[in-house]
Amino acid sequence: MTTTDPTLSPTGPVGDRRSSGAGTGTRGTRIIGIATIVAMGWLVAFGLGFSPEDRDQRESVRLLYVHVPTIWIAYLAFIVTAIASVMYFFGKKKSLGWDRLAGASAEIGTAFVAVTLVIGAMWGRLTWGVFWQWDARLTTTALLFVTYIGYLAVRRLGGTHEQRARRSAVIGMLAVLEIPLVHWSVRLWRSLHQEATVLGTDGDVSMDGLMLFSLFIGVIAFSLLYVWLVMHRTRVMAMEDLLDDRDLDEALAARHAEAEPVVAAGNEEGTA
Amino acid sequence: MSVVELDDAVAVLGQFPALAGATLRVEKGEIVLLRGPNGAGKTTLLRLCAGLLPLVRGTGTVLGLDLATHRESIRRTVGLLGHQNGLYLDLTVAENVRFWGSTVGASVDEMQVAMRRLDVAGRLADVSVNKLSAGQKRRTALACLIARRAQLWLLDEPHAGLDASARDELDDTLTQAAAAGATILVASHELERAGSLATRSVEVVAGRVYDVVPGDPGSGNCEGEA
Amino acid sequence: MNTLQIARLVAAKDLRIEWNSRVFVNQVLPFAGVTMVIFAFALDADSVLQRVAPGLVWLATLFSLLVLVQRAFAVETADGALDALRVAGVDPRAIYLGKAAALGVQLLVLEAVLLFAAVVLYGQTIPAGGWVLLVTTLISATCGLAAVGTLYGGLAAGFTGRETLLPLLTFPAVAPVLIGATRAVEAALGTAGAVVSDGWPWVGLLAVFAVAFGVGGALAFGPLIDE
Repeated sequence: MTTTDPTLSPTGPVGDRRSSGAGTGTRGTRIIGIATIVAMGWLVAFGLGFSPEDRDQRESVRLLYVHVPTIWIAYLAFIVTAIASVMYFFGKKKSLGWDRLAGASAEIGTAFVAVTLVIGAMWGRLTWGVFWQWDARLTTTALLFVTYIGYLAVRRLGGTHEQRARRSAVIGMLAVLEIPLVHWSVRLWRSLHQEATVLGTDGDVSMDGLMLFSLFIGVIAFSLLYVWLVMHRTRVMAMEDLLDDRDLDEALAARHAEAEPVVAAGNEEGTA
Repeated sequence: MSVVELDDAVAVLGQFPALAGATLRVEKGEIVLLRGPNGAGKTTLLRLCAGLLPLVRGTGTVLGLDLATHRESIRRTVGLLGHQNGLYLDLTVAENVRFWGSTVGASVDEMQVAMRRLDVAGRLADVSVNKLSAGQKRRTALACLIARRAQLWLLDEPHAGLDASARDELDDTLTQAAAAGATILVASHELERAGSLATRSVEVVAGRVYDVVPGDPGSGNCEGEA
Repeated sequence: MNTLQIARLVAAKDLRIEWNSRVFVNQVLPFAGVTMVIFAFALDADSVLQRVAPGLVWLATLFSLLVLVQRAFAVETADGALDALRVAGVDPRAIYLGKAAALGVQLLVLEAVLLFAAVVLYGQTIPAGGWVLLVTTLISATCGLAAVGTLYGGLAAGFTGRETLLPLLTFPAVAPVLIGATRAVEAALGTAGAVVSDGWPWVGLLAVFAVAFGVGGALAFGPLIDE
């Protein structure tokens, strides 16, 4: 039985990397996975151990080594989603691999934004005494989160893979339109707000060398994590799509089987 | 060039392969009757030919245009009367016909003629569609369809809900349209009436199309696979 | 017929449907009015109401937007008319522009009524110098709301769960309009010491938003309503 998606093959998902048995791991993901663990180890070492406490924020600055990378990587993830959406929509071949990349990247990006918001709330509680503030950055991040929740909801509307891909690509491209507008309006809004809160809302900390290095490691560690997650997720999605195709094959076979008794009965009667 | 050429076409509703490998060839000027039990895929076949549904597997062309790539162009050339009437319930009959006629550039006269043929001009013209009976709604939908002057007519149970005189009128309209060069696909359970109208019958069973031996349309002879 | 002519046809059709059925007048306007009243129940102090009145007007508008969009596409799906439009080969951009225009007209009427309600219920006054800003704000905000509403309404139209998908997609997208329109109306009314000149940058934002989503929506509508 052939499938309609040229990027899938019955023996292994995605291109020429062969998976060993039932998992989505390959040599590539193992290498990146190990690199991620090593980088995370360094992050823990530097973030929790070697780097000093901040003059004002003390130990709570350590949360930033996670909080800042996650939001940066989230933005990266959403840019990848946007590019993949464009590549799918305007590509001649309409390769579903782009759609799966867009979806996987958005899922992971959204998860990272959730982490950003939670860690940010913890940091805020420790530093400002409040979990949340309506400053420009936080507000934009919250809206970013909801926007991509909407994107993920659209991905689950059902239909054929091509229908899902086309719908999602359009919504993905619209999200890229929305985000700058949201950014602009929220920045303008909070900059005009005269009653600036007593608590410094900026969140930027002037960091010394070792702290900056820890942040740098954080970015690397989370980037590697992102790549590892995206690789696995796209492969799982490919297998899900393959499963859907196979379900379709089975459904077709079942449907053909419906016809046998009717056709046979038709052949039996009316020979006169 | 056939008007409709389907080769092992598969179309799905959600996850269900309503059309499971249909092969069909229809030439210009034919009136083809689609017979078959409920759930066989007749409606899906018509919607596929109208360019509304994507082709999931197989190949197909309608009026020379590829179903995989040129669905928008196909739509302009066909007229579909589906299970629903495609009317705006809060508009009157006349307002509906005027709107639908205008979208295809039909003139006021053409629209009036269409309405008169289906006996929805006159008193009914200014009645809101949601106050009409099912048969009257159907006639209004047919008036809108006639005004389209399509090359391929796709009709899903058009006789349902119509009284005898309206059915006769519909049959006349279809015969005239075919004589004028249109091609017609009709899905119907009214085997006698539609059968006498049709130049050919096919049986749709479990998502596939089978030829029917010409003759008495009620005999149910099925011969192999189309 | 070219795209604009068909858009005008579609818009006229939508408005005629509203005229015939009177759903807008009999249900949507009262709904908006009721929300303005229950805001007062929730926000118990007159001073608070006065301060936030512009925001409440736009909140009531947003809630009514959802109702209007649902209605606009309910008439299309009730008897398969949207499918018939697709089969008729009507340019989806024309469908989009026409429906957005009709939606915009209804929104403008709604906003005017809500402003009047704010004057009556929340003790607002409109200073002479604020009228130009006010009207410009209404028009530019309405264009943006109609553009987003029609787009996501079309997407949600065919699916179960559309009642909840629509707000989920629409609200984050129109956040800039809510922010900008409220600030601009505050400037026009002189709320909390704002002056009229404060409002014009916001109108600029609203205009950019309306154009961006108007163009984006017209292009995206076709692929989104297609199967």
